[in-house]
Amino acid sequence: MTDDVLVRVDNLVKYFPVRTSGMIRRTVGQVQAVDGVSLEIPRGKTLGLVGETGCGKSTLARCIAGLLPVTSGTVNFDGSDITNLSRRRMIPYRREIQMIFQDPYGSLNPRRRVGAIIGDPFAIHKTVTGSERKRKVQELMERVGLNPEHYNRFPAEFSGGQRQRIGVARALALQPKLIICDEPVSALDVSIQAQVLNLLSDLQRDFGLSYLFIAHDLEVVRHVSDEVMVMYLGRVAEAGPKAPVYDNPRHPYTAALLSAAPAADPETAATRQRILLTGDVPSPIDPPSGCRFHPRCPKAQDLCGQEEPQLEVKAGDVTSHVTACHFPVEAGENLATVASRREGL
Amino acid sequence: MTLVRFLIRRIISGIVVLWLVATAAFLLFFARPVATVARQLAGHAATPATIAEVTRNLGLNQPIATQYWHFIDGLLHGNLGYSYFSQEPVTSMIKQDLPPTVSVVVGGVILWLIVGLGVGVISATRARSLFDRVSAIAVLIGLSMPVFVIGEFLLLIVFVPLNQHGFHWIQDQYVGPTQGIGTWAGHMILPWITLATVQAAVYTRLMRGQLLSTLGEDYIRTARAKGLSERRVIFRHGVRAALTPVVSQLGVDVGALLGGVIVVETVFGLGGIGQVSVQAIDTDNLPVVIGFVLLAAAFVVVANIIVDLLYAILDPRVRIS
Amino acid sequence: MSITEMEFQASSVEGASVQTVEGRSQWQLTWRRLRSDKVAVASMIVIVIMVLLAIFAPAVAALVHHPVDTAYPNTGETAAGNPVGPGTNGFWLGTDDTGRDLMVRILYGARISLFVGIVTTLIATVAGVTVGLMAGYFGGIIDTVLARFTDAVLAFPYVVLALALAVVFGPSLSVIIGVIAFFSWAGIARIVRGQTLSLKEKEYIEAARSLGAGPFRIMFIDILPNLLAPVLVLATLYIPSAVVFEATLSYLGLGIQPPTPSWGNILADAQNFYQVAWWYVVFPAAALLITTLAFNLLGDGIRDAMDPTTERLLASRKGGRRRLRRGPVGGPSAEFPDPDVQVAGGGVI
Repeated sequence: MTDDVLVRVDNLVKYFPVRTSGMIRRTVGQVQAVDGVSLEIPRGKTLGLVGETGCGKSTLARCIAGLLPVTSGTVNFDGSDITNLSRRRMIPYRREIQMIFQDPYGSLNPRRRVGAIIGDPFAIHKTVTGSERKRKVQELMERVGLNPEHYNRFPAEFSGGQRQRIGVARALALQPKLIICDEPVSALDVSIQAQVLNLLSDLQRDFGLSYLFIAHDLEVVRHVSDEVMVMYLGRVAEAGPKAPVYDNPRHPYTAALLSAAPAADPETAATRQRILLTGDVPSPIDPPSGCRFHPRCPKAQDLCGQEEPQLEVKAGDVTSHVTACHFPVEAGENLATVASRREGL
Repeated sequence: MTLVRFLIRRIISGIVVLWLVATAAFLLFFARPVATVARQLAGHAATPATIAEVTRNLGLNQPIATQYWHFIDGLLHGNLGYSYFSQEPVTSMIKQDLPPTVSVVVGGVILWLIVGLGVGVISATRARSLFDRVSAIAVLIGLSMPVFVIGEFLLLIVFVPLNQHGFHWIQDQYVGPTQGIGTWAGHMILPWITLATVQAAVYTRLMRGQLLSTLGEDYIRTARAKGLSERRVIFRHGVRAALTPVVSQLGVDVGALLGGVIVVETVFGLGGIGQVSVQAIDTDNLPVVIGFVLLAAAFVVVANIIVDLLYAILDPRVRIS
Repeated sequence: MSITEMEFQASSVEGASVQTVEGRSQWQLTWRRLRSDKVAVASMIVIVIMVLLAIFAPAVAALVHHPVDTAYPNTGETAAGNPVGPGTNGFWLGTDDTGRDLMVRILYGARISLFVGIVTTLIATVAGVTVGLMAGYFGGIIDTVLARFTDAVLAFPYVVLALALAVVFGPSLSVIIGVIAFFSWAGIARIVRGQTLSLKEKEYIEAARSLGAGPFRIMFIDILPNLLAPVLVLATLYIPSAVVFEATLSYLGLGIQPPTPSWGNILADAQNFYQVAWWYVVFPAAALLITTLAFNLLGDGIRDAMDPTTERLLASRKGGRRRLRRGPVGGPSAEFPDPDVQVAGGGVI
């Protein structure tokens, strides 16, 4: 395993059983939340994870963080296998892997003071106590842009952006190597988003952090990530360094997503055509056969419903840019026309 | 699942519960040193000879498992043992003492439901009015009073003065309905009020709270906007929804009901199951006590099944879970 | 208003906001609201007086020179052997059927009632919270077992079982406390379990787990503070039930045995004399009623002080005359900023 890869996930599968209720419960199906995902997060870099609601990105994140048991596959952190470790054995890794959550209102205990919340990591791992702890907490507060005099306040007294900063301070406390950010700015106003994102990149620069950054907003992901991975219904559709994926999306789903994102430049916005996808996202309990995207794909053909496409480098792409598609988007192809033509059929 | 399957499942679990209670009762009373049990069963004034005889008769020297088997066997055959003092079969004592209890329970429950739910509904629909405030105070006082205090007060304030002034309709002994409904009511009215007061208070408050929050829901506003008469809105929609927690509370309250019955019977000297069990305890008449405890458990189980059935009828979601 | 004036206004607000205010905890806010609720305050005063009287019962007995168990057949009974009324012969509230000072006996009875009420509630609360927390948090088989057990205890007719236990173990103070506590914890456990189940899903609990917190730390440091509000209300409302339960048991002869006075057994004896000695019934009953009423009112007051939303709903619906002096939820699931709390400066974000 190369030294500059911090996290390596290998073919991770996570199914949730669907059970009948009552005294004797039978399993009647599986929610296939994550169905064979592999990824690598390099040290000091950010991997952006994108996808619609229900594509499995949050589940994947929690599996990596050890908050959910893995059905199969492995998670490797800094050279060690941390898959499905017991709570006790996981404790040292909890110092290295931290999470920031989406909901600034739900991720902080409303009954506890902010100083106690940020000091939790110190308390749980028994590192520093008393006034030393208070000093460190206040240092952290300053580092993330909060007033250390607010040590004794309650979360209710802070705005959404400030609360996310509290969450960041808490995550930073034990100097982790990896921070998993689960849609950290989705619930914030746009102007505040920028400030929090800038904070995160400053911290990455200062502390050499790696991020797994989950979002559904492509522009946000583009801003923060070094590498990008697009997920659909539990599988990886496309992955690679930021520039190739954004400039030359090969998977029709990626192309559709990118076309839907609002363009900052009004000219581009006017000339670019929306690729409209038909239908709804299918249920992860009963996913489509073959390529999971085929019922909605403008380029789908019979093969797509029969055989699952492998994640591989397509002709003309750099080696780290992989796509899972039988009929990837070609250069110069206007997918919008293809999509609307199909609609007419 | 259908209502029938639901019912069957509940009955089965009810039987399981009864069995567990019987076992618990058995363990509680018999799984102790033989001498202690024998002495208790033999009564206060027992000589060593009596104790020995009791031990032999009841087979207390046999291994616990055998005793347990006899016990369960007896239960299944409807034999609950014999009162130590009168040698009467406990089952016939039950038959004898049941009527007063049933009178009290039936009248009391009807009274509390009517008053409790009625006042609750009216309070909710006229929230913050004078009626509501007065009934809130009444509820609070009702909730705070122990049943026996209410009983004593009623005797003191109602029964005595009325009789002293020549109104003899209200009496304080038990008579059955066979003696005429009017007489029956006259004798039972005070016990009914006593039993009903605390419970009515609880249900008033419950109903009022539930109805208020139900009436605040959007679909009520829609119903009103559709032009339904206020009465229909309140009863068909509001009360119907508010009723379900009330019904489930009923299940829990069956236990309180039994406690209240015991107290009421004692205060008014009605001689039903409750009062007799207290006497049995005072005299250490163990077989009677055990028999009545089992009877009470059976009553609770049956009542709970009925309540669950009502609940399932009212709220179809329950049947699925 | 000119631009400069507006700017001035804005900056003075800005400047003013530098004055930071300490965050007020939920408890401080509740206490403030409680203090302004006259009924609740009156109840608290009554309870305090009752407790003091109970504690100093022996002093009162010495004051009137009537020890609690001493009968005074000469001064304390009529010629026919009946109790004497209040104010006669130095008996402030009259006597009982054996000529003992009724007031002193009532005060000693208060000691029993309050002691039983408070101790059983304490035990029941600790047990109920622990069981509820564990059942709710751990789930699975632990929850199934604990929850079914809780339901069984709840459904069972407690008086019947209490009576049965009284037979087996004989009536005594510890048996009574045990019995009442045994039947009280289940109600608390059920509510705590329900709350824990929903609190468990909150993101900050997940955050705690991701930090490496163990289950007990999460239960007692993260979940419990959010439970304390309903638990406190519940406990305050359980005290009067415990008092009533004890009185009922003593009344039936299965609780405190004479000659130790308990309001229950005093009233049991009193019943035989109600036709000739109304005070024998009225005064102990009044003591009982006042005590339970006070705790009930206080419990209601605490609940209202913690969760004024229902009141707001009503007030706004009826366009009420009632002043809206309370803000929205201060209760256990408060996730909205409390307007009672000043949000001072510290950044625009």
